[in-house]
Amino acid sequence: MLATKQQQADNKMMAISTTDLSLWYGTFQALFDIKLDIKQGIITSMIGPSGCGKSTFLRTMNRINERLDYVRISGKVDVMGQNIFAPEVEILQVRKQVGMVFQRPNPLPISIRDNILFGHNIHSAGKTGKSEEGEIVESALQQVLLWDKVKDRLDHKATALSLEEQQKLCIARLLPVKPSVLLMDEPCSALDPKGTEAVEELLWDLRGKYTILIVTHNMAQARRASEECIFMLMGKVIEHRETGEMFLTPQHQETADYIEGRYG
Amino acid sequence: MFEATRINHKNLSRQNMFRLLLGGMTALLILPVILVLGTLIYKGAPVISFEFLFANPTNGMTAGGIFPALLGTILLVIVALLASVPLGVAAAIYLSEYAPDNWFTRAINIAIINLAGVPSIVHALFGLGAFVIFFRFGTSILAASLTLAIMTLPVVIVATRESLQAVPMAFREACWNMGATRWQTIRRIVLPNAVTGILTGVILEVSRTAGETAPIMFTGAVFFLPFLPQGVFDQTMALSLHLFVVSTQVPEMPEAVPYGVALVLIALVLLMNSVSIALRMYLRGKKKW
Ligand SMILES: Nc1ncnc2c1ncn2[C@@H]1O[C@H](COP(=O)(O)OP(=O)(O)OP(=O)(O)O)[C@@H](O)[C@H]1O
Ligand SMILES: [Mg+2]
Repeated sequence: MLATKQQQADNKMMAISTTDLSLWYGTFQALFDIKLDIKQGIITSMIGPSGCGKSTFLRTMNRINERLDYVRISGKVDVMGQNIFAPEVEILQVRKQVGMVFQRPNPLPISIRDNILFGHNIHSAGKTGKSEEGEIVESALQQVLLWDKVKDRLDHKATALSLEEQQKLCIARLLPVKPSVLLMDEPCSALDPKGTEAVEELLWDLRGKYTILIVTHNMAQARRASEECIFMLMGKVIEHRETGEMFLTPQHQETADYIEGRYG
Repeated sequence: MFEATRINHKNLSRQNMFRLLLGGMTALLILPVILVLGTLIYKGAPVISFEFLFANPTNGMTAGGIFPALLGTILLVIVALLASVPLGVAAAIYLSEYAPDNWFTRAINIAIINLAGVPSIVHALFGLGAFVIFFRFGTSILAASLTLAIMTLPVVIVATRESLQAVPMAFREACWNMGATRWQTIRRIVLPNAVTGILTGVILEVSRTAGETAPIMFTGAVFFLPFLPQGVFDQTMALSLHLFVVSTQVPEMPEAVPYGVALVLIALVLLMNSVSIALRMYLRGKKKW
């Protein structure tokens, strides 16, 4: 009894906690009994060779995978201590809580301002006043360090921004609905080194306010920009530890091989 | 070092030959169009006048104007548009944004494409059976327009679906991942970006029906009517049928009249097409992604 209480308390600390999570695309199994606890408020990176299921894992966390009718999922996923597969859960609420950033920046073909307000508008009942809208836009853009750059052209098309700015905007537009988790699937792979650096800097800025899970193929980035690191291989979690430790003294041969670039 | 070799010469002369050949083919294609238009204008222009456009026909249609037919055609097209656009656009939205991608949806899509190939006389018979007789609309503008609408429905659906599918998937995914419903995504992002294509495609397709004769002949258009239609349950004259009548059915018809009617009909279709093209250019200039 006491143990379960203790466990629950631990789970409360976790932003994401999965038990025996498996996923099939048709007959192909992409995730195998994943057991992960991702701590609240820190940056966790996820590495692993191409096709090992990193994106699949991310897309399971906001239940976007279920759009495909051939996807089957078993196991349990708790986000902020709540089972996201519970019958009373509304998928739209899960997606609001768990924001997603993609490899290719995908701002909507509307103005910068409307991009920021989009998430807010679809989740709010009535019209929002002009001044409140202004505050929302400013605060979101401030948080991603973009406000000073774009404050004079909020009505310009977001698609005209540079890739780095677009990616920051894609992060910013998640913030007005106050998500608890931000999932980022190789958010820097379309950016140049300068843009990459800027986004990494931004991640450290957002750290603490949001739990961040970032997939990357860039080992150096995982090292620089995360506190804990998850190594996946063929749909399984091989290792999950503090980033520095993992890179210094990997516990598994596979991890060591991967880190040293021997495959993937 | 950089002089042309024999092989260069051979390749270049072959390239010139094909350019000439392809250009010649294109010219051959354009020629009939120019001839048709030229003949129409040459023979038809003399009869075009304010009276020809805006007066009733007199003297067994050999004199006077074609106003009832002109008005009739415009009415038929407008009512057909009003019927086919909401229906077709709704169906296309469902098929491309909601329907699951399975064999059933694919079968429906193929059926729609095939429906576009059904001859207009078959639609005419359907319209006669369905709208004139079964729904008791009688031979009327309503029955004729609905027949035209049914006929254009497949192309309206196809044009709409293509415009919808031209909106990149990434936009939809961005919306869904933020917790937008399908409808919010469609309403706020997909439709605003597809509306240009939908509008212009639809106008283009539907304006073609202005020239159709068979579907309206049994369902609402008549040879001659001494008064203008007062509502959608009245019969009407129409340009296409009028052209047929003045060309073949009336003895001692002045030669220029059929050409004049044909010229007006073509001008009307071209006018609607250019409106659609102008609209497309205007709206495309404003869109960017
Ligand atoms: N929609 C899908 N339908 C079927 N199989 C899929 C689908 N998406 C991914 N897969 C398969 O699932 C496995 C994991 O894919 P996933 O995209 O999650 O890998 P990843 O680790 O993100 O790879 P990458 O580093 O290349 O992005 C792959 O073998 C892939 O082929
Ligand atoms: Mg991936």
